[in-house]
Amino acid sequence: MQSYLDFEKPVAELQGKIEELQKLGDTGEAVEIDEELERLQSRAENALADIYAKLTPWQRTQVARHPQRPHFSDYVGHLISEWVPLSGDRKFGEDHALITGFGRFNGEPVAVMGTEKGSSTKSRIKHNFGSARPEGYRKAARIMDMADRFDIPVISFVDTSGAYPGVGAEERGQAEAIARSTEKCLELGVPNISIIVGEGGSGGAIAIATANRVLMLQNAIYSVISPEGGASILWRDAGKAKEAATAMKITAEDLMEFGIIDGMIKEPAGGAHRHMETVMDATGKEIAAFLEEFSGKSREDVREHRREKFLAIGKSLM
Amino acid sequence: MNWINNVVRPKIRSFLNKKETPDNLWVKCPVSGEMVFYKDLEANQWVVPGSGHHMRIKGRDRLASFFDGGVYEEISMPEVAHDPLKFRDTKRYSDRLRDNRNKTGMEDAVLAGEGHVLGHKIVACVQDFDFMGGSLGMAAGEAIITAMDQALAHKLPFVMFAASGGARMQEGVLSLMQLPRTTVAVQRLREAHLPYIVVLTNPTTGGVTASYAMLGDVQIAEPGALIGFAGARVIEQTIREKLPEGFQRSKYLHEHGMLDMVVHRHNLRDIIGSLVGILTKQPMSEQFASKPPKPGLGSDAEDPSTDVSGDDDLLIAPPEAAHAE
Repeated sequence: MQSYLDFEKPVAELQGKIEELQKLGDTGEAVEIDEELERLQSRAENALADIYAKLTPWQRTQVARHPQRPHFSDYVGHLISEWVPLSGDRKFGEDHALITGFGRFNGEPVAVMGTEKGSSTKSRIKHNFGSARPEGYRKAARIMDMADRFDIPVISFVDTSGAYPGVGAEERGQAEAIARSTEKCLELGVPNISIIVGEGGSGGAIAIATANRVLMLQNAIYSVISPEGGASILWRDAGKAKEAATAMKITAEDLMEFGIIDGMIKEPAGGAHRHMETVMDATGKEIAAFLEEFSGKSREDVREHRREKFLAIGKSLM
Repeated sequence: MNWINNVVRPKIRSFLNKKETPDNLWVKCPVSGEMVFYKDLEANQWVVPGSGHHMRIKGRDRLASFFDGGVYEEISMPEVAHDPLKFRDTKRYSDRLRDNRNKTGMEDAVLAGEGHVLGHKIVACVQDFDFMGGSLGMAAGEAIITAMDQALAHKLPFVMFAASGGARMQEGVLSLMQLPRTTVAVQRLREAHLPYIVVLTNPTTGGVTASYAMLGDVQIAEPGALIGFAGARVIEQTIREKLPEGFQRSKYLHEHGMLDMVVHRHNLRDIIGSLVGILTKQPMSEQFASKPPKPGLGSDAEDPSTDVSGDDDLLIAPPEAAHAE
């Protein structure tokens, strides 16, 4: 079952008509429906293309959060073989919001980590809707440490509205855990690549997205705070999220312009949730190209490249 | 000398204690109460087929079932000072040692061997609980260090099957000193960038958990294993509270971030073989190359009820070979 976003209403209506017509066709009541079906189908496709050609930042936000969008586990299932998930921070707990492990990408060993939102009520609760606690970031740092020691590149997939705000998380040092994880990203002598596949929410994202190459899916968003959060701080009204989404410049195109990200992975009209394989294949291609480009670079060069890249951010805007 | 240790002594021993029919041909599962024929248990790596309960397995059986084709070269262990405290509790320590040697056919609680797992060369070390509760004394400590040093010399990954009641009281503080001593050996593995994988088996407690047994790059436990520092009885008497269900069992440790995974005994070879292959950057084993990506590796074999259907199958599906063999 395809679920539709508000602004996709015209497409939903056309799709409804198509289904009705098909049902009629099945019962044999209507005679010449093939032509009509074809016409409706192409109208639906065009409508979808039109809508997706001019998505507003707020609409993008909704696509980025679409429940059927490919998640961390989909990317791992599609791109990684011999997947061995590793868990636990060795200190307090296991955080299901941030998943880590080792596996093979095109046969070569890689470390993989990312936030998982879950896609059924039960799994969303289990994964805490993709909002990691300190344990998650400490686990990420531990896995990066291992990857570095065994000379294995790191891939991360980011999809989180942000690190989890809670009393326990604060008590156990959420901020410290994020800081250490970011620091660990910068310390790595092995290349790392990060792909923002859905939401890139603030510190919760940067902790695993401080990478030699940062890519974004076309309909992903990446920001210092969620549009709702920004609206409630700046407008004192979470209802102004639409305005905040536009003002904060959170889309891949905007971030390309600012030099925050290194590239954008195109999504076909209709978004990643309608074209899962295409989008995941394209992501895989980008990862392969990155690993190829960085293989053979010395540990010092890899580290220096990453440092320089982040230090240079903002300089070009003068 | 090694030749005498490795060949002559075991021969004499096997001649002296001819393999007798065990007293109990039928073994009762402590969980389900079902009676299992011991041959069936042996064939199933001492996992009760019905309940999935993991019984203790002898050190040599463990090594034989872990390495490809059951083939490995046992590492000969150095001599250590013998009963330096001249210790005596209800029995003389030296008598106790002799009895345990006769009973188990082992010199002390730790064995190690070098062999292949899914084609990858590995050094594996095992603590046998049957020898004085797998306790860590000078001989065991020295054996672990020797095995780790061999891995270091041959540049091989190291797998430790831990099982122990803790430090060997009869050796006093000399046994406590095995904690830092074995830790030095672990550090040397780490500095040489050699993978160190620990498998915690039932039970692993006391000082052993406060040293090499918790320092693995990857920490695995068998289902239902008791793992903890202070004994449950000691804790209960100290805090005067009833302890929660499943306290200090592998699932509890997994939830508390101390383990990477809980793995059924039958799946240990696959998981460790995979891990070692990846961490040492070997080409993919044929076993995996011929198969599509194998989801569910490293899942919690103990509790399939945590299963969430849908997207999560990939991450927590029960191991497919849980009841194979």
